[in-house]
Amino acid sequence: MNESTLILTLFAAIGLGTPLVFATVGEIITERAGNLNLGVQGMMLVGAVAGFWATFNTENLLMGIIVAMIAGAAMSSIHAFASVTLRVSQIVSGLALTIFGTGLSSFLGEAGSEPLVGNPSKAVFEPILESGLADIPVLGPLVFGHDIMVYVSWLTVAAASFYVFRTRMGLSLRAVGEDPASAESAGVNVARVRYVHIMIGGALAGLGGAYYSLALVPTWQNEPIGQAGWISIALVILASWRPSRALFAAYLFGAAERLGFTLQTLGEPWSNIPSNLLAMLPFLLAIIAMLLLTSGKRAKFLGAPAALGLPYFREQR
Amino acid sequence: MADSTLAVEFRNIDKAFYGVKANDNVDFQLRKGEVHALLGENGAGKSTLCSILAGLYRPDAGEFLFEGQPTVFKTPKDALAAGVGMVYQHFRLVSNLTVAENLALGHPKLGVNISQAELEEDARQLGEEYGLPVDPAARIWQLSVGEQQRVEILKLLYRQAKILILDEPTAVLTPQEAQQLFKTMRQLAAEGRSVIFVSHKLHEVKQVSDRVTVLRDGTTVGGADTADAEPRDLARMMVGRDLELPTRDANPDIGEATLIVDDLRVAGDRGLEAVQGVSFEVHSGEVLGISGVSGNGQRELAYGIVGLRTPTSGTVTLDGEDVTAMNVADKIDRGVAYVPQSRLGMGLAPGLTTEDNLGLKAYRKPPYSNGPMLAASVFKEKGAEWIDRYDIRGVRPGLPIRLLSGGNLQKALLAREVELNPKVLIARSPTRGLDVGATEAVRNLVLAERAKGTAVLLISEDLDELLALSDRVLVLYEGKVAGRMPADEATPERLGLLMAGHKEEAGT
Repeated sequence: MNESTLILTLFAAIGLGTPLVFATVGEIITERAGNLNLGVQGMMLVGAVAGFWATFNTENLLMGIIVAMIAGAAMSSIHAFASVTLRVSQIVSGLALTIFGTGLSSFLGEAGSEPLVGNPSKAVFEPILESGLADIPVLGPLVFGHDIMVYVSWLTVAAASFYVFRTRMGLSLRAVGEDPASAESAGVNVARVRYVHIMIGGALAGLGGAYYSLALVPTWQNEPIGQAGWISIALVILASWRPSRALFAAYLFGAAERLGFTLQTLGEPWSNIPSNLLAMLPFLLAIIAMLLLTSGKRAKFLGAPAALGLPYFREQR
Repeated sequence: MADSTLAVEFRNIDKAFYGVKANDNVDFQLRKGEVHALLGENGAGKSTLCSILAGLYRPDAGEFLFEGQPTVFKTPKDALAAGVGMVYQHFRLVSNLTVAENLALGHPKLGVNISQAELEEDARQLGEEYGLPVDPAARIWQLSVGEQQRVEILKLLYRQAKILILDEPTAVLTPQEAQQLFKTMRQLAAEGRSVIFVSHKLHEVKQVSDRVTVLRDGTTVGGADTADAEPRDLARMMVGRDLELPTRDANPDIGEATLIVDDLRVAGDRGLEAVQGVSFEVHSGEVLGISGVSGNGQRELAYGIVGLRTPTSGTVTLDGEDVTAMNVADKIDRGVAYVPQSRLGMGLAPGLTTEDNLGLKAYRKPPYSNGPMLAASVFKEKGAEWIDRYDIRGVRPGLPIRLLSGGNLQKALLAREVELNPKVLIARSPTRGLDVGATEAVRNLVLAERAKGTAVLLISEDLDELLALSDRVLVLYEGKVAGRMPADEATPERLGLLMAGHKEEAGT
């Protein structure tokens, strides 16, 4: 593999990893509040169709991502109501959300007299900053020339990191995820913290979904996101619940996704590897990373919120 | 009528959980600037009353006046905002956060961006002012129980709480630490704050409080100025009858050393050595009491002996046989019985019926089973027999055992262990959280085992219980034996010093 192939692969990895960055950071924020939302796949799909629909009708990308985020947050509020207010098992509620979101997304894509399915998007995220700066060796082509959402994702990671570890709200968030009873007796409103952060997570998942339909695959088709939602949930563990690490975890998977394509362009003998096998690569990587990270003594240092997955009921005794 | 000297007034408070009344017509008045003791047995409704004041529970009925005004605290946040804070029996600290972060958590006056350094400085100053020293940068899990309690009190002072509720604060402290806490409590009262001191220990109530209110079975049975109250009268009010808890008699039948633990080392949860070379013998017909502040290696010592954790070195000898590396099942077969601290967590299977739980150690063998088949009738017969013999109340056929009360759970657990005719019985805090009646029953069971010639290892933080039941006492401090003595020579003060790490000359 020569240098330019490597840079091209990494560049593409950043693009392919960007929706995963949004969804993973969102799920990290949700899980930091002690809530496991397995509905990411569903929220991303609904975000994807909602964003595509909004842009299709307004020809405005900003409208697209705003509507996608609202749709994702609305989806997650179902999970919040079920798991926080009704104290339904988070696993059940999250899985139900994925099933519901998958169906809803397909339905919305085919509904109406002029269905979206098969139509190209009326606006697509284009690369910006294609200035001379891109001529800087290695770094230049990697950092410049992306569309604006890539830079937005970097800002999101930085903001999430600051928020979780350096602010008062972030402290409440971490406390609720570790020990809701203690947090509540310190005057933190546990239910509100969980609602807010589940919905932030949902909004970011919706945004991640819209990045597929407005940038990566800008023609509406059923389930354009592959299995990105599930991969994001795995990436949360790989990132050990830290937003900054989510960036690298997501790009690693972006690179794995791209590798199949890259190998095809390299000619013999690489191109003989069946493409189906290569498409498996990200998932294989996910399993290996999980095994390495969560086995034995390492698991303790991962930093999973101690109350993750547990409903909170104040008067329980 | 509003009384300006009253900080809090409760009138006719009711509170029920799942139909069981925890508070029934409770009256309570708290003045400004006093230490007010709330006295009562476990289950008398003290914690429930306090939790209502702290905003954790809402009363079902009754009036609550705060500084003369009818008030409802909907959440702990409301209570804190009004200046009412509580130190719970099970601390409410986030163990992965630092001391300073725990102080800051939920604090209304902090800005959006928090400065760790400033927080730590505030915490340090506050600690010095009130005699509550603690390292503000330490994470909670690194602190001792006594230090964690200081953090809880600091948390309230940091919020300028006017009313501090301390729920059984001395239960986790050495006698010396308790004295320091009493000083802090008097200082707080002198500043015009009110302190509610929950306890069932009469001598502490007598020493530190100005007034006392006694609760029994969820209702107020009396109150007095502490100076005028006779301990004997308070005790009768609290229990409802004159009652002597059983204590051991001199046992001339102490026999051979049944259990010999030699230079035992066991790893703790975090990989560090929690038991660091402990040696002792327990003889047949003897109770050896192991005392120590919680977390000084008691749990790991028990695990090492019963086989839940393989010791890193040293030996455990049972009747002359080296059983160190044996697994739990083999040790059970050789006569090791274990009553763990958490009844429902480790001792019993909460979702199974009482009968199934009673057969849970004998089921591998006839008559309980025949090869792979279980004999349901034997479970039923034996279960019914033991439920009757050990007076296990509240059992309903087919319902899970977790619905039983703490005392009956403990009786069931002990019944199962004792019926194995063990050579060694290891019991950890067997009467923790039990009311007087159940405590009496459990103590009698332990003493009956001793009389039968079983070697009993009693691991407990309750010094009164240790002194009442043990023939000899051994003190653990940081995983090592800090001292050992015959029970006749042990006093709470002497044990307390050893538990706190003070050295003395080696005893017997």
